[in-house]
Amino acid sequence: MSKLLLDRLKAQFGDKVLETSSFRGDDVALLDKSVWRAAATFLRDDARCACDYFVDLSVVDFPDEDEDQGRFSVYLIVYSTTKKQRVRIKTRASEANPEIDSVADVYLGANWAEREAFDMFGVKFAGHPDLRRILMYEEFVGYPLRKDYPAQKTQPLIEYREGTMDKLGPFLPDEGMPFDRAPTDPKNFSH
Amino acid sequence: MGDMTIGGGESGFFTTKLESLLGWARKYSLFQYPFVTACCGMEFMATAGPKYDIARFGAEAPRFSPRQSDLLWVVGTVSQRQAPALKRIYEQMLEPKWVMSFGTCASCGGFYDNYATLPGIDKVIPVDVYIPGCPPRPEAVLDGLMLLMDKIGNGDKTPAVLKNTALPEGVPEKLEELYQIRMKGKAPIAPEE
Repeated sequence: MSKLLLDRLKAQFGDKVLETSSFRGDDVALLDKSVWRAAATFLRDDARCACDYFVDLSVVDFPDEDEDQGRFSVYLIVYSTTKKQRVRIKTRASEANPEIDSVADVYLGANWAEREAFDMFGVKFAGHPDLRRILMYEEFVGYPLRKDYPAQKTQPLIEYREGTMDKLGPFLPDEGMPFDRAPTDPKNFSH
Repeated sequence: MGDMTIGGGESGFFTTKLESLLGWARKYSLFQYPFVTACCGMEFMATAGPKYDIARFGAEAPRFSPRQSDLLWVVGTVSQRQAPALKRIYEQMLEPKWVMSFGTCASCGGFYDNYATLPGIDKVIPVDVYIPGCPPRPEAVLDGLMLLMDKIGNGDKTPAVLKNTALPEGVPEKLEELYQIRMKGKAPIAPEE
């Protein structure tokens, strides 16, 4: 695969492209936060990029990353249906200021993807038309896919019934009413 | 129902007969409300289809209004977000009412041991019969339905778990061992903190 898209991005944004890599046809560019939206627009509008298809936008959490680097790696994958080329661009957002520009008006498909990223990681997308939680409920506190959220911590909307709080599954030897029926004899079936 | 007497019956004989008559009538005319949320729905459809034919038990007619149904089938994973809706549907059903927990997810959350999933519908509504399986085969579902019918006929309200009583040798001991490990290793997670 050619690295045309990476070369185009480098030519356009110069040293704002912090890092590029290419592995078996997967082209990745790490961009500075300031050109995030401009890069998405460029990939869509440039005649030789022509990335007209939004594939995915999401976030990866690296909790051990330096704070000035930013622990959240936001990535966007776009594809060109005419030129058959694909690129992934990434940028970093820090925990203290988890805000990056929204690309929801550049790629319409990014609208719900950004809402999901906000819901799960708390990354704020500036300029998003309707940045609300999409999967979890409004009452939910915290961001469940952050690595520091305890995975089993639930936040029930309604109170649990009395005495069920520490109840585990019902299939354990001392629970429930044992159902003693004689093993089925095939002769008892009439059909 | 226990205190109800008709015609001033002193021995309670008549009451018992009435209850067993009602139980007999109820257990063969279960109107179901299917609360189907996940992949278990496929097995539920198979159970309702012609091959397994739940109509043989008089339980085939779905009523998509909780007010017209007796039996709430909770089929599949219920998320924390859905829990209030499930509870509300249960509350809207008229007495007498029964709840079937279909599959492992509905019964205890299954492998969704996480922030989003209700760890068993018995956390919010009482359950009459649990049917384990991921998903349970239609035979198991019909077995669970027959168990519920027995319970309705006997007026028995305790929760029941469908169990395979013909487990191979050594398996019950192994289950007990797994149970001990699980109880030791896992403290219950409180909703806050």
